[in-house]
Amino acid sequence: MRRRVVVTGIGLVTPVGIEVEEVWENVINGRSGVSHITRFEAKDLPVRIAAEVKGFDPEKFIEPKLVEEMDRFIQFAVAGSLIAIERAELKGKLDSERVGVIIGVGLGGLPSIEEQLKILKERGFRKVSPYFIPMTIPNLAAGWVSILTGAKGINLCISTACSAGLHAIGESFKYIRDGVIDIAICGGAESAITPLAVAGFSNMKALSRRNDEPEKASRPFEKNRDGFVIGEGAGILVLEEYENAKRRNAEIIAEIIGYGANGDAYHITAPSPQGKGAEECMRLAINDAGISSEDVQYINAHGTSTKLNDLYETIAIKNVFKDHAKKLFVSSTKSVTGHTLGAAGGIECAFTALSLKTGIIPPTINYEEPDPECDLNYVPNEAIELKDLKFALCNSFGFGGTNACVVVKKI
Amino acid sequence: MDVEKELIEIIAKRLKIDPSIIKPESRFVEDLGADSLAVMDIVIKIEEKFGLDEIPDEELEKMKRVKDAVEYIKKHIG
Repeated sequence: MRRRVVVTGIGLVTPVGIEVEEVWENVINGRSGVSHITRFEAKDLPVRIAAEVKGFDPEKFIEPKLVEEMDRFIQFAVAGSLIAIERAELKGKLDSERVGVIIGVGLGGLPSIEEQLKILKERGFRKVSPYFIPMTIPNLAAGWVSILTGAKGINLCISTACSAGLHAIGESFKYIRDGVIDIAICGGAESAITPLAVAGFSNMKALSRRNDEPEKASRPFEKNRDGFVIGEGAGILVLEEYENAKRRNAEIIAEIIGYGANGDAYHITAPSPQGKGAEECMRLAINDAGISSEDVQYINAHGTSTKLNDLYETIAIKNVFKDHAKKLFVSSTKSVTGHTLGAAGGIECAFTALSLKTGIIPPTINYEEPDPECDLNYVPNEAIELKDLKFALCNSFGFGGTNACVVVKKI
Repeated sequence: MDVEKELIEIIAKRLKIDPSIIKPESRFVEDLGADSLAVMDIVIKIEEKFGLDEIPDEELEKMKRVKDAVEYIKKHIG
């Protein structure tokens, strides 16, 4: 028998705030987290904007001695996890082999790589930090969360670029549903706003160059979109087996009921033509959930603000939902948070759960001129209230042609 | 240069502890709470601060207490 899986905690570290309430307020009110890059000198670069996490004090969450042993993406993952655990009222109760940690990371410790490479070149081999490797490797996000909480169940990092966070949640869902673990700390984390990452994405022509209007740069599905805005953060959920959550009277935020994952088998960065991979992935998730496509009311889209993603995601949605597509609300919260890469699926699945809990669908901001090829209801600029919102889908797609979709249900 | 004072500063800064609790007799691991990576981090910082060549493993083995490091540094400094 399949066990039910519910969300009992959320922890967010985002460009529009930390914890939960402040973030959600900013998302539903469409307050952009994009501004000029402050993490390094970018004044002569073609891309000078990013969605940075502001005012993050790692020592608020982590013992000072340990902060230095973690790259920023790990600090985000740990902070997000501790917030989620605290809110799930599970603090001090996770020392068990029935608790897993699965955290997705796209790029990992680029800040440390760049810093230590400089040390290697300028000061020599012996001066490279002994912490360099454990600061850099992506699975240390999940590793540290396990070390700090005692969680001794399955401990994984899923590194599937921009879909890593959602794959982590989907896989955790399956492990709980199948009885391998009872609780998972899962989601995504990323902090790679560095010269190397910005140069790499910029030279792929993936990033928006709307440097003079940073807050308007992330404009998914809108006609004048010109690329994504690199962001950073963490989105962590506590997933829990339903009976376990009920037994301890936990507050249940939403239920995860379906997961789809597949590959495009097409190109290293471009989505497959007409979004075929994404289309099939949405179908897999809906089938896994055991609902009909007409039951879905809202899609928290991948919606990166690149020409191709938004066009193909739109086509894919139309191919899956047929006539029902026009009745769907489809929004991209990346319009507010920027694209937080490996963290995105975690953050957006948290938003999807919050939509179901509150009956509020967050807007796609910066929607000024409709793109004739993107002709769905993108919830332009203003949130809407949908009190009977019951089923929502969350999409994440990553370089390499990897896709993840999760179906979330109101409880 | 006051080697002991400088060394205590390095250790305190890395381990985020009050310098006043670091004594010549203090053991890095047992008393000050350093793990093997923190010890290596401190060693590398010592080499840099005092301009020492790489401290050989067999010497590191013997450096259990703060005073052992002070002695080594004094013996090998400039």
